[in-house]
Amino acid sequence: MVRKRDRERILMLSCKDVTQLISESMDHSLPLGKRIGVRIHLLMCRFCERYERQLLLIRETVRRLAAVEETPEGLFLGHLSEDARERIRQSLCSR
Amino acid sequence: MGKPERSDPADWVDRYGDYLFRYALLRLRDRVVTEDLVQETFLAALNNRDTFSGGSSEATWLVGILKHKIADHFRRQAREESLPDGDPPNQPGEPPFNATGHWTTGPADWGGNPADLLRQKEFLGELTKCLSGLSPAQASAFTLREIEGLSTGEICKVLDVTETNLWVILHRARMLLRRCLEIRWFARGTGKGS
Repeated sequence: MVRKRDRERILMLSCKDVTQLISESMDHSLPLGKRIGVRIHLLMCRFCERYERQLLLIRETVRRLAAVEETPEGLFLGHLSEDARERIRQSLCSR
Repeated sequence: MGKPERSDPADWVDRYGDYLFRYALLRLRDRVVTEDLVQETFLAALNNRDTFSGGSSEATWLVGILKHKIADHFRRQAREESLPDGDPPNQPGEPPFNATGHWTTGPADWGGNPADLLRQKEFLGELTKCLSGLSPAQASAFTLREIEGLSTGEICKVLDVTETNLWVILHRARMLLRRCLEIRWFARGTGKGS
């Protein structure tokens, strides 16, 4: 149950509050009251709704990029320079 | 199941060098630091060859060592620089919210198909530049959370901050990064903004 005082606070959330809560919700699950407050705000606010979608898109894209780079072939990040390769080889041999 | 394959350390650089390099560069964004950590990883692996149990591949074992080296790097950096967690100077444009907490300039419509991003080598370049524009604490927190995939509890230990503090740092990091990507990347095709 959400108490009356909490109910009023939930409906008072500003865009600034909501963006902070959107970010937090990506790191831990919000208490019920805040969760409801955010959902209600998002129904009414195009910008915050867009903000959440874009943060999730950035997260998804970064994760997929990381996954691609972690395959043996990689994609974009290139390789060790010849100098570094040689230096590391020598340091391994001198052991 | 066959016996775990152990390769000759003399072949490690050719077999795994580029793989470890890419893994670390994505997180550290600095070639010199990255090359140093790759070297340290191989040396640590050489000195601790008996820790390779063969429960996983040799590549996975090496990445495991590298992960520790990367976490150590972030830990050291956080300690030495006592990272300011405020916003970096020279943020573009006006503050996003007015006095009543409403958007001054709301997020633009990015349009398009998000999946296309992956095919764009330039996107990774812009992402890297935008991350470098964050404060060190913000960039470290975002990297450990979204690229390395650590829990907030683990990140708090590495950066030595409270969880509440970390949520604020991550919030600021995401806010600035989103704005930066909007300016540097998404505004390009739409003809608005600059």
